Amino acid sequence: MSVGLSLELIVFLPLIAAIVAGLGGRWIGKTAAKTVTTGALFVGAFLSWPIFFSFIAGDAQAQVVPVLDWIRSGDLQVQWALRVDSLTAVMLVVVTTVSSLVHLYSWGYMEEDPGQPRFFAYLSLFSFAMLMLVTADSLVQMFFGWEGVGLASYLLIGFWYYKPSANAAALKAFVVNRVGDFGFSLGIFGTFLVFGTVSIPAILAAAPGMAGSTIGFAGMRVDTMTLLCLLLFVGAMGKSAQLGLHTWLPDAMEGPTPVSALIHAATMVTAGVFMVCRLSPMFEVSPTAMHVVTYVGAATCFFAATIGCAQNDIKRVIAYSTCSQLGYMFFAAGVGAYGAAMFHLFTHAFFKALLFLGAGSVIHAMHHEQDMRFYGALRKEIPVTFWVMVVGTLAITGVGIFGVGFAGFHSKDAILESAFASGSVPGEIAFFLGSLAALLTSFYSWRLIFLTFFGEARWGASEHIQHSLHGEHEDPSEEHGDSSHDPHEVPAGTGGYHPHESPLTILIPIVLLAIGAAFSGFLFSGVFVGAETAPHFWQGAVAFSEHLAHAAHESPEWVKLTPTIVMLVGLWIAWNNYIRDPKASAAFVATFPGIHRFIANKWYFDELYDRIFVRPALWFGRLFWKGGDEGTIDRFGPHGAAYAVGVGNRFTTRLQSGYLYSYALVMLLGLIGAATWAIWWAR
Amino acid sequence: MIGLAHYLTVAAILFVLGVLGIFLNRRNVILMLMAIELILLAVNINLVAFSAFLGDLTGQVMAMFVLTVAAAEAAIGLAILVIFFRRRGSIAVDAADRMRG
Repeated sequence: MSVGLSLELIVFLPLIAAIVAGLGGRWIGKTAAKTVTTGALFVGAFLSWPIFFSFIAGDAQAQVVPVLDWIRSGDLQVQWALRVDSLTAVMLVVVTTVSSLVHLYSWGYMEEDPGQPRFFAYLSLFSFAMLMLVTADSLVQMFFGWEGVGLASYLLIGFWYYKPSANAAALKAFVVNRVGDFGFSLGIFGTFLVFGTVSIPAILAAAPGMAGSTIGFAGMRVDTMTLLCLLLFVGAMGKSAQLGLHTWLPDAMEGPTPVSALIHAATMVTAGVFMVCRLSPMFEVSPTAMHVVTYVGAATCFFAATIGCAQNDIKRVIAYSTCSQLGYMFFAAGVGAYGAAMFHLFTHAFFKALLFLGAGSVIHAMHHEQDMRFYGALRKEIPVTFWVMVVGTLAITGVGIFGVGFAGFHSKDAILESAFASGSVPGEIAFFLGSLAALLTSFYSWRLIFLTFFGEARWGASEHIQHSLHGEHEDPSEEHGDSSHDPHEVPAGTGGYHPHESPLTILIPIVLLAIGAAFSGFLFSGVFVGAETAPHFWQGAVAFSEHLAHAAHESPEWVKLTPTIVMLVGLWIAWNNYIRDPKASAAFVATFPGIHRFIANKWYFDELYDRIFVRPALWFGRLFWKGGDEGTIDRFGPHGAAYAVGVGNRFTTRLQSGYLYSYALVMLLGLIGAATWAIWWAR
Repeated sequence: MIGLAHYLTVAAILFVLGVLGIFLNRRNVILMLMAIELILLAVNINLVAFSAFLGDLTGQVMAMFVLTVAAAEAAIGLAILVIFFRRRGSIAVDAADRMRG
């Protein structure tokens, strides 16, 4: 099969499936809807891997498959076209693989939900938009995909629409993303203004020629490329939840867990990283923009990791971990190690999807209890989930030795070494913060494992478990519908409740992802970041620097050992606090209450934004609503007119007495008036 | 000598009496019918007076028509009155206010 045809199938099958399941779900039934969507994604995955391998083997060329003319308006020529090169191939594999496994996982996880066709339609719609984004040949098409995934994300976060918290989270995600999209669209407009085209290859080819030129913006003369790159990067920050625009991501965990795994961990949030890599020749032209990317990435990476240490909700820990790992990818891109950034994106997709789906399996077993304080000792109860979660944790913390290890070991080391080897000040800072974040990553990841799977069973006190034990029917507004078990089947046992292992549809995807998390780093390390092999793979799809790759490879021994050492330190702290002496963490909190409060409250970002943006916005809204709309426009407009009509009516109804003689009187008066006028004035 | 002005004055007085009869009378629908007759008669006097004054018979012919119409109108009016009395048990004008808005 030609690459063009398989590419079209990969991209458009999910769209067709989404339409069939979304519009026809009512008629074809939920099983058919699930089969269609899942099948479309599996076909996509089976078609994607050969494309990826043909790029690795070096016998595939970057190519563009035109689909349709889209916009022809003066100088603006936009085509629907699917571009495939090695960068796209990586993303195709990531998106279709994770998406198909998440589809399969949802068969089990969403078993009891009444809205399954809708859920699967949204998932497939998301996959289509994401694939459109990664195959985009022009910035406008990329923006289409960008907004498409935003829409799907909104719909899926708010999937349980009867939960007010889910609606609020969906709105928050949408609004915060608007801020980023504003920057992104300004960037696209600016790019079109400067280059006269939105076609990505044309822009990238012309970008080096624009170095040093300036452009007027907001009343100042600024460097053209720096401005464009920073505007585009604002878009990337919004989508990838970087420091400042990250607040929506943890809240997005209100959505069903498969959604968190697919959209808010493995694929959509990496769109920003992908965009920076795709436009890397542009960013290369502006050192300032690269420094900003590095600083923002490094700051996010450290900041999110600190918050992850103090969260109790299992999904929120992983959400902050995602935020932090995205920071790694950004500062890798910022120091020019695009290969390493994409490599981490690739491995992260596996182990983060794995961790999320594993967490979903735990939540499924624990009757929707998400608070880790009510877990403990689950190792024996759900052994498969336990082991895959351990694999995921080994992968994210980067366990490995002598060049052989789990996925994160290869990609995170590549990033840290590149940051160090770049030799610039931002690179050094990023290396330092990245190493610190690696320590924290190890701590909070193992903390999650220890709290969930080791120690004493603590779930007896959980409200969710109590509900299921006493056979109470939960309030529909709190019931999530995705996996409530029949309360009568719950066997009596330890703690009064036996967590049970998830069904096969849940276990198969996480075991497959565990294999990916274990081996993807080792197998593909050379392809993505190898100084000799990677240039053949990338073929100019990203601005791959052989020099940097060499330098990273030859960085000092202590640099290479740093990630492993901090990983062990983090592991030791976690073990010390949660296994050896479970009271140690409480003692730490008691000693440093300020630090704990600061971190547990997420550095007060939500409170800050509430004060700076939300409340003034509400105040303004209320001013215009009460004062402007109701007080002025309505008062003198519709309401005033209605009132005047009412008063007039009351007066005229009094004239309508119903007595014949009064009508006759009026008639006579009129007649007299008319006669008088005729005699005196109209002569 | 009795001239045109005298006739017209009498007609005007009759007309005003008729009009006031319609407005001021609150009790009896029959009085209202009579007042209408009075107005029509005033008009007739006008017609005849002008006819004699101008030497043109058309006015007197018109007066005959008016008489005919007035008779028909009185017949219909009385018929309505009878029906009205049957339904309401009274012919007071004040009671006839069902058209009030």
